[in-house]
Amino acid sequence: MNIDVLNWPALPPETASKLAIADCDVHPRPRGSGIGGVSKALCPYLPKHWREHVATFGLTYRQPWEKGSAYPKGQPLACRRDAWPDGDAPGSDLSFMAAQHLDPNNVALGILNPLTSGQGAQNPDLSAAITHATNEWQVAEWTSKDKRLRASVVIPFEDAAASVREIELRTGDPNFAQVLFLSRTADPLGHRRYWPIYEAAAAAGLPVGVHAFGYGGWPITAGGWGSFYIEEMVGHAQAQQALLVSMIFEGVFERVPTLKVVLIEAGLAWAASLAWRMDRQWAKLRGEVPQVKRAPSEYMRTNVWFTTQPIEEPEPREQLAETIEWIGWDRVLFATDYPHWDFDDPAHALPMRMTEAQRRAVFLENAQAVYGVA
Amino acid sequence: MNEGGPIDCDLHPAVPGLKALLPYLDEHWRETVVRRGFDELVPISYPSVNPLTARADWRDAQGKGATTPERLAMEALAPFGTTLAICNCLYGAQVPFSEDIAAAFCRSVNDWMAHEWLDRDERLRASIVVPMLSAELAAAEIDRVAPDRRFVQVLLLVSGELPLGRRQNWPIYAAAERYGLPIGIHAGSTYRHPVTPVGWPSSSVEDYIHQASGFQSQLTSLIAEGVFSKFPALTVVLLESGVTWLPAYLWRLTKFWKGLRSEVPWVSDPPSSIVRERVRLTLQPFDAPPARAAVMRVIEHIGSDETLLFSTDYPHWQFEGAAAIPDGLDPTLAQKIMVENPRRTYSRLQETVS
Repeated sequence: MNIDVLNWPALPPETASKLAIADCDVHPRPRGSGIGGVSKALCPYLPKHWREHVATFGLTYRQPWEKGSAYPKGQPLACRRDAWPDGDAPGSDLSFMAAQHLDPNNVALGILNPLTSGQGAQNPDLSAAITHATNEWQVAEWTSKDKRLRASVVIPFEDAAASVREIELRTGDPNFAQVLFLSRTADPLGHRRYWPIYEAAAAAGLPVGVHAFGYGGWPITAGGWGSFYIEEMVGHAQAQQALLVSMIFEGVFERVPTLKVVLIEAGLAWAASLAWRMDRQWAKLRGEVPQVKRAPSEYMRTNVWFTTQPIEEPEPREQLAETIEWIGWDRVLFATDYPHWDFDDPAHALPMRMTEAQRRAVFLENAQAVYGVA
Repeated sequence: MNEGGPIDCDLHPAVPGLKALLPYLDEHWRETVVRRGFDELVPISYPSVNPLTARADWRDAQGKGATTPERLAMEALAPFGTTLAICNCLYGAQVPFSEDIAAAFCRSVNDWMAHEWLDRDERLRASIVVPMLSAELAAAEIDRVAPDRRFVQVLLLVSGELPLGRRQNWPIYAAAERYGLPIGIHAGSTYRHPVTPVGWPSSSVEDYIHQASGFQSQLTSLIAEGVFSKFPALTVVLLESGVTWLPAYLWRLTKFWKGLRSEVPWVSDPPSSIVRERVRLTLQPFDAPPARAAVMRVIEHIGSDETLLFSTDYPHWQFEGAAAIPDGLDPTLAQKIMVENPRRTYSRLQETVS
C-alpha cells in the first residue's frame, strides 16, 4: 500500500480499526537460519535422516540460487523494516506479531501461509518431509498458542499422492483452515496430475489457497525471463490468471464442484476482464472443451475467491469499487500480507465508499464463510 | 485519400502456402526449401481449421480466409467504408529457430505483401515482418523495406525468445524510431516458452485467452527496461491484445512502480502516464463486459480517448456481421477510434502514396 509513512502519525491501537477483521494472508517464519536451507525451528519435526540429508546435500529449487529468491527483493526478506523482532526474522515471533499487528488491527481470524516450507523443492521426498514438518510446527508454535490463528496445510503439490496423504492427516483438525499451493507450479493447475489433491481438499472441507511465488522452473513471462523484481511482482497477476484459466478450462470445477479456490496475493481487479475474455472465447470455441459446461465466469462466481493485498490503486479509488461490483463483493477477502514490505493496512487500504454490509463482508464475513470459521 | 474515412489497423492477409513465397525467396533458400521439403510455417497460435482463425462466412472454397485482396476489400473494407487498412501477416516467418531461415522468410513475406497486396489495392498498407530473434537482421530488414512508404509499422510477436524490453532488442526500436514507424506487437508466440508462467495449457482456446496476459508481461518489460525513455519518439501499438485488461493491469504496475522505482530509476514517469502517451491498442477483440453500460465505465478506467484504434481483426472470428464496434461505445468516441486516432498514431498514413 502506498501511503506517506514519514508523515504518518502513530495511530492509537484502538482507533486503527474499529472493525474486527480477518487477515487471509499472514506469514509466519521458522526461527533460526539453520543448516542446508532448513530453519532450526523445523528440525525437531524432521526425521533424523532428512536432517542429515539437508546437512550434507542441502535444499535446492528450480532456480539458479542456492539461497534466496530468483530476483533480489526490494529490501531484506521483502519485509517491513519495522517488523524485525530482536535477533530474528520478521514473522518468527508470535508475541511480536501480536503486539505489532494482530492486537492493534483487531485481527479476529488470521490465516497462516508459511512460504519457506519446502514447497516446490527439487527433491520430491524432501519436499514432502519439510512440508509435513512445517505443518507440525504451525500447530506447535502458532495455532495452539493463539486461537485467532489458523494454519494452512502446506503440501508437496508436485507429488499428488504425498499431498493427499498430508491432507488426510489433517482432516478434521480445527487447527487447519485451508490447503496451500504456491502459484508457480510445474504445470498449469488444471492439469489432471493435481486433481487428486482437489478431491482430497474438498473431501476434507478445506479450501485450496494459491499464494503467489514458487519454483515451477518456467519464466514469469511467456517471452522469457525478465530482468527485474518489479516484473516478477507485477507478473504474479499473470501467473494467477493462467492457473485460473487452466482450472476452469480443464474442468476442475465440474470434476470437484465443491472445491473452493482462494487466490492469494495477486490482486483482484484483473478478474473482471479475464472473466469477460474467457466467456467470449468459450461462447465460440466451447466445442474444443466439452468439459466446461457453464460459462467460465459462473465458476468464478461460485468457486473462486480473491484476497485483497496488494490491492490495486486506481485514481480515483472509486473505480476499484466499480471493479469489485463486476467481480462480486462476496468474492473478496481482506489480507495484509504481514510482515512483508507491501503490507496493506486495514485502516487505509480500501479508501472508497462501501456500504456497511460490503465493508463487513470484505473485512470479515466472507472469510468466515469460506473458511468455515465463526 | 478520403480524409474522414475509417482506418482498420489490424487485418491478416493469408499466405496461400509456401509455394506462393518461392518467387520471393533468393535462389539459395528457394532451393533449400524444396530440397529439404519444408513444411508450411503455420504457427499453432492460429491453427488453420480452428473456428477463430477465420470466420465461417469469410472462408473460401479451400477453407481459408483473407486469401485475395478482392475478398478482403469486399468482406472487410466495404462494410465499414474503410479507406485505409493495415495488413499484419501472421505467417510464421519469424518463428524458425534459425535466424537465417527466419530472415529469409521475413524478406519474402514483405516482398510478397508489397507485390501481391499493396500493389493491387491502393487502400492497403502493411507492417514489416522481421526476424525478431536477431535484432541485427531485424534492423537490416527495416532498413531494406522502410523506404517503401506503404509499410507503416514494424511487426513483432508478443512472446519471443527474450522479453521485448531487453536491451538485445533495442536495435529494432532504434531502427523503427529512425523511420518514424511504430512498433506493432501482435498476439502470437515463437513458442520458445510456454504461453503461461506455469507451463503449457491443453487447448487452443486457453492459448488464445493467455495471449492477453502475454501482452501484460511484455508491456511491463518494455516499461521497466526503459524502452520509452531510451526511444522518446517511439510509439507502441498492441495488436489483437484484448482491451479491457488494461486499467487493472496499470493500477497494479503503477502501484509497484511507486514501491520499487529505485530498481528502475530510468522509469521517471508513472507507467499509467507512459502508456497513455505512448501505447495504443487495437479494438478487436475488446473482451467486452456483458452489460452494455459497463463498456463506457471501462473506457473511463482507461482514462483516455486516444488509446484505441479501430480494427476488425479480419478474418479472425471476433464478431458477427459488421458489429466491430462494441455495443455501448459512445458514437463520438467510436468515430475518433475509427479515424483520428489511427491517423495520429501512424504518421505515414497522412501521406498520399503514389
